[in-house]
Amino acid sequence: MTTAPILTPRGAFFQGMRHGGPFVLIVGPFGLVFGVVAMETGLNVLQALSFSVVVIAGAAQLTALQLMTDQAPLIIVLITAIAVNMRMAMYSASLAPHLGDAPFWQRALVAYSMVDQAYALSILRFEQEPELSTAVKIAYYFGAVALICPVWYLSTLAGAVLGNQIPASIPLSAAVPIAFIALIGPMLRTLAHVAAAFVSVAGALLLAALPYNLGLLLAALAAMATGALVEIWATRRRGNSA
Amino acid sequence: MIMSNGTIWLVIVLLGLGTFALRLSFLGLIGNRPLPAWALRLLRYTPVAVIPGLMAPQIFRLQPDTGLPDPVLLTTVGVTLVVGLWTKNAIWAMVGGAVVLTTLTLIGA
Repeated sequence: MTTAPILTPRGAFFQGMRHGGPFVLIVGPFGLVFGVVAMETGLNVLQALSFSVVVIAGAAQLTALQLMTDQAPLIIVLITAIAVNMRMAMYSASLAPHLGDAPFWQRALVAYSMVDQAYALSILRFEQEPELSTAVKIAYYFGAVALICPVWYLSTLAGAVLGNQIPASIPLSAAVPIAFIALIGPMLRTLAHVAAAFVSVAGALLLAALPYNLGLLLAALAAMATGALVEIWATRRRGNSA
Repeated sequence: MIMSNGTIWLVIVLLGLGTFALRLSFLGLIGNRPLPAWALRLLRYTPVAVIPGLMAPQIFRLQPDTGLPDPVLLTTVGVTLVVGLWTKNAIWAMVGGAVVLTTLTLIGA
């Protein structure tokens, strides 16, 4: 990559926007799916749109919808959906050394718009050139989310409006498992991820009779521990064979 | 869905606040202290630990007439998973699942 001699914040903003552009192709269809599923679940158009504007986290939003459909208690809906977003704390920790000097309002805006794609692009860019100024890094980040976030809102709105038009003969209820399982496939990168997913499924089925959807929480905790243990085991094994 | 409007708004607002708190956590505190390794290791697995378990009861729900899971849903989900594993792309996986579901529904499987 050829870099200009001095990257101004303005230049960095547009660079971030260019790099973030292709992700619109991922975020747009996913927003549509969320909008359709939200209508299917019984939300109105304003609620579906507000959900995407306030939370901006597709997987957690779908998790909340599913548990609301299952009539889980409010506290369980919140704990489980927030658990899906725990990775955001990791993102926050890893961006902090780069953006920690920025004014608080800018850091708050970074936090509000922190989505997987913007994080992945930015951390890659910042680690390539750690000497970039905080202002340039912030501008790059805001460029990266400048298209992604509005497309997320608008595609949710489009999906919600569209969802009202879809005839009842089409089994929209299967849209939820499709959307979720589509997210999971690409995440199963290592044996540890596969083991965690397996324990999650087995645990949730075995503990399905527990009240308040507690079975899912217990299964998730066991699955996280499984993932961590398998990772430790795999690392040791690689260390021994090297 | 049997959930009042007020509860839906409460979920939206509280989930928004909770997620914002997670996102702001380290950035807001300017804490450059990294998370301990064991915490990072657990956090890495939260999505794969929650989402499959969330979906499993619906996917494997036994049908009252056959006593078996719904074959259309199982096939759809299976194809979605395989396409996702193969392409490493969630959108292609969704497209694959939607195509299978639509086809099976149209031929009346």
